[in-house]
Parts: sequence; C-alpha cells; structure tokens
Amino acid sequence: MAMLEVKDINVFYGLIHALRDVSFEVNEGEVVALIGANGAGKTTTLHTITGLLPSKGGTVTFEGKDITKKPGHEIVRLGMSHVPEGRRVFAGLTVRENLKMGAYTRPKSEVEASLADVYKRFPRLEERKNQPAGTLSGGEQQMLAMGRALMAKPRILLLDEPSMGLSPLFVGEVFKIIQEVSAAGTTVLLVEQNAKKALSIADRAYVLETGKIVKTGKASDLLNDDAIKKAYLGE
Amino acid sequence: MSFLNHLINGISLGSIYAIIALGYTMVYGIAKMLNFAHGDVIMVGGYMCFCATTYLGWPPIAGVLLAVVVCTVLGVVIERLAYKPLRMAPSLAVLITAIGVSYFLQNAALLIWGSSTKSFTSVVGGDPIQLFGGQLTITRVTIVTVLACVVIMVALTLFTGKSKMGTAMRAVSEDKGAAQLMGINVNTTISLTFAIGSGLAAIAGVLLCSAYPTLLPTTGSMPGIKAFTAAVFGGIGSIPGALLGGILLGVIEIFAKAYISTQLSDAIVFAVLIIVLLVKPDGLLGKHVSEKV
Ligand SMILES: Nc1ncnc2c1ncn2[C@@H]1O[C@H](COP(=O)(O)OP(=O)(O)OP(=O)(O)O)[C@@H](O)[C@H]1O
Ligand SMILES: [Mg+2]
Repeated sequence: MAMLEVKDINVFYGLIHALRDVSFEVNEGEVVALIGANGAGKTTTLHTITGLLPSKGGTVTFEGKDITKKPGHEIVRLGMSHVPEGRRVFAGLTVRENLKMGAYTRPKSEVEASLADVYKRFPRLEERKNQPAGTLSGGEQQMLAMGRALMAKPRILLLDEPSMGLSPLFVGEVFKIIQEVSAAGTTVLLVEQNAKKALSIADRAYVLETGKIVKTGKASDLLNDDAIKKAYLGE
Repeated sequence: MSFLNHLINGISLGSIYAIIALGYTMVYGIAKMLNFAHGDVIMVGGYMCFCATTYLGWPPIAGVLLAVVVCTVLGVVIERLAYKPLRMAPSLAVLITAIGVSYFLQNAALLIWGSSTKSFTSVVGGDPIQLFGGQLTITRVTIVTVLACVVIMVALTLFTGKSKMGTAMRAVSEDKGAAQLMGINVNTTISLTFAIGSGLAAIAGVLLCSAYPTLLPTTGSMPGIKAFTAAVFGGIGSIPGALLGGILLGVIEIFAKAYISTQLSDAIVFAVLIIVLLVKPDGLLGKHVSEKV
C-alpha cells in the first residue's frame, strides 16, 4: 500500500472547478514530483492534502488512515509537513521562534535536539537565529521554511515550489537539501515549476494540466518524453 | 501640587484605559476585527462584582473573581456564537454584528438590572493616603489601579513574548494558514485571546466603578470608545502601544478637564488622536514589519 494515496479529489473555489478527479500516490522512500503550468492546480492539491482546503468527494489516505476530513492542525501530528508556496515564514517572529513553531506538536524535551539538527543542515539560520524572519533574504527564508517543516520530524515532506524566485546558486542548494532529506529516509512530494530540476531528482512524476492528471511515469522517462520536453522543459 | 494630583489621576484613569485597550488590541491582532462589544463586557464585569458584594454580601475579592470568570466565559461565548460563523465574511458584516452584540448586552443589562443608577462600593477600602502634610491626596484605588496595570502589562508581555502559547498567538496573528500547518489550533487560539481580553475587561470594569462609583447599562460604552482610541493612538496590535496610548489618553483627558474645560475635554482628546494619526498613521508604536517577497 502506498504511503500517501490521493483518490478522486475534487476541489472548487466558488464555481471554479480547480481539481477534477485527481488521483495519485506516493510510496514510502520515494521522491515524487508534481509538475504543471501556472494555475494547473498544484498548490490546490497540496492544500487539500494538508487540510487547508476541503475536497468535495474523494479521499486522502496517509499510512492507511483516512485524513480527508481531519482538521488541518491535526495533520502535522501524523507525520506530514508542508512547506507552503511563497515560504510563509512568520515575519515578526525570530528565526529561532519560527523553528520552534515547527516543533509545536512535539514534546519539549526533543525540541533542542531537533533545533541543533536543523542548524547543522542550515548553518546560516543559526547565525541569524535572533533576527526577525522578515529581515532574511528570499533564499534564507526558503531555508527557514524548510527547516521549520523539518522541525516536526515528518515522515513525508510536501514542498510547494521551493525554488521559486531564487538565484541559480540557491536553487542548486535547495535541490541538494531535498536530496539529502530524502536520503535520510523522508519521503518527498515535490511541486515545481522548474520541471527539469524536479524530474532530475525525482523517482516518479505526475503532470497536472488544468486540474487533471494527464500523464505519469518514471521521472527519467518523462525527461525524454517529447511532449513534456516541448511543454515544460522548453526544448 | 495640584499639577501632581492631576498627573496621578490621569495616570490612574489611563491605566484603566490601557487595560481595556489591551483587549481591543489583542483581539484585533488575532482576529483582525474590531470587537465593538468589548466596552459592554466591562459593564457586565461591574454589575457582577456589584451583585456579589452588595446583594450576596461576598467579600470584594470574591466579587472581582466572579466578574473575571463570568466575563471570560462571556467573551468566549460571544466569539463562538456571533463572530466565528463570520470568519470568512467581509469585515463590515463583522463590525455590524459587533455593534449588534454591544446593543444586546446593554439591553440585557437594562432588563436585568433596570435603568436606575447603582452606586458601586469600591473594592478597595481604607482612607486616602495624605502626603506633604495633606497637600497631596492619593486614594487607595488609584494605587491598586496603577499596580494592576503594571502587573498585567508585565505578565502579558512575558506571556506573548516568551511562552509557547504566546508565540503561537503571534504566529496566528501573522498567518493563520501557516500556523495551522505547524499544528496550532487556530480556533482555540482565537478563543484564548477573547478569554484574556474579556477577563481583563472585567478587571477594568471593577477598577473603573471603584474610581467612579456609578453603574448603568451604558457605563462601558464611553470608556470602551476611549480605550479603543487609546489602542489606535498607541498603534493597534501592539501591547506596549496600548499601555502608552492608554496612559497618554488618560493624562490628556484629566489635564484638559482641569486646565481647559470639562465640557471640551473629550473633544480635545479626540483632536489629539486625529493629529497623531495624521502624522503617524500607524499610531505611536505601530508595527512596521519589514517583509521580503
Ligand atoms: N483562492 C482562490 N480563489 C479562486 N480561485 C483560485 C484560488 N486559488 C486558486 N484558484 C484558481 O485555481 C486554479 C489552480 O490554482 P493553483 O494555485 O492550485 O495553481 P498552481 O498549479 O499552484 O499554480 P502556480 O504554479 O502559479 O502556483 C487556478 O485557476 C487559480 O486561478
Ligand atoms: Mg502554486
């Protein structure tokens, strides 16, 4: 059985039918990419999984548990963290406070150890730990958003366009970290505009087009698929 | 010496405004709404303490506790019944609802306690303290009021600044969706904010009625509006801003009454507010969080 199973979810914004019978799955240990053009419904999909948006019909199952109707704040407790689009760090809180909020659901005794782990992975965050998050650069904020999500010790990490708006150097850094997190045993569902980069580190991928999954396969196969090359890789 | 006397009275009145302003500012910070009924919760607190001490013969401290408990519950119930269903509604709808709640509370009080003025017995007994051979008189209520304000400010600053729940509160006030992703229960956090604000309103109500011992169903509305003004004056959403705004407003009001005109004092208070907002639209200590996109 897959770790995360999304089955026939339908999401509406008023009259806009943003997701139509979207189904896919992520197996334990995989890096799965979800790619698609602007407005395809990638963010909507992640928001539905983590309870920020309700689905009309369909189910989301995580490690065998139906989480479709679970209140959003209970989902992180189950082992699923979501790095939202646009980072959404708490600008007025310090870097350290942001990270501690990431560990909100964890016992106090474990927080310091996780904080040390995150600082080891992101030394720059430790240098700036007492600085308000709003004063960090865009790249640093992305690191903070990822570090904050890791503070929950998730078994699956959902990332929404982590490379958005970053310089090539930072993009490389972000993808390197995703690979490290994956190698350390965390399953990853990665939403990306940067399809080439995403496909190069993913095991499998799904292609979303105007609210529908139109293609799926091994990431290496999709990288060589003519239609994908044309539409998403700019070749 | 009369200058010092007025200053002390102003700080005392301002302390009450500051305690009320905290409720406005915290609720605004979290729920992004103007809780117009906040002033009437003060009045309910006053009546509760009055009933406990005058009708039931309870000691003053028990009366204060009853007022705090009833108002805390009242604040949470108001939020659940009246505001929570409107979480996604336009802010005008929420404002109108809040005005409705305010009228509801005033009229409920009118029904229960009637329209005649109740004379409130101060919860702080004892003779005024004479200083400088009787030239300066300070009532004990004044001292208790200022002390209460200081204690509340320090406690609340520590709570929001240092505790886990307080940090979560600040996170919710910035971004409810992201806070939810952290596992923070947004509804509980909003309830807690209303609970704290309303509990403080009860304390303010008791102190207000102890200093100015007349109690009517409309007792809370003018101090409510002034405290709201104080919150805006200091910078809405800011806790030190509520303190600064409250104290300044109290001092300006008392000085205006003493040296300019009793009738014009409120007009002067609001004129100062308008001038401050023209120069500093975010209020004196208004938040300016730098954000990079
Ligand atoms: N709050 C909203 N209200 C109305 N429509 C919305 C809302 N959010 C998204 N939509 C619509 O739903 C569709 C899917 O949006 P979504 O944000 O999921 O796309 P996306 O694939 O993440 O795009 P991008 O790559 O630009 O982030 C779009 O047509 C969008 O206009
Ligand atoms: Mg998106």
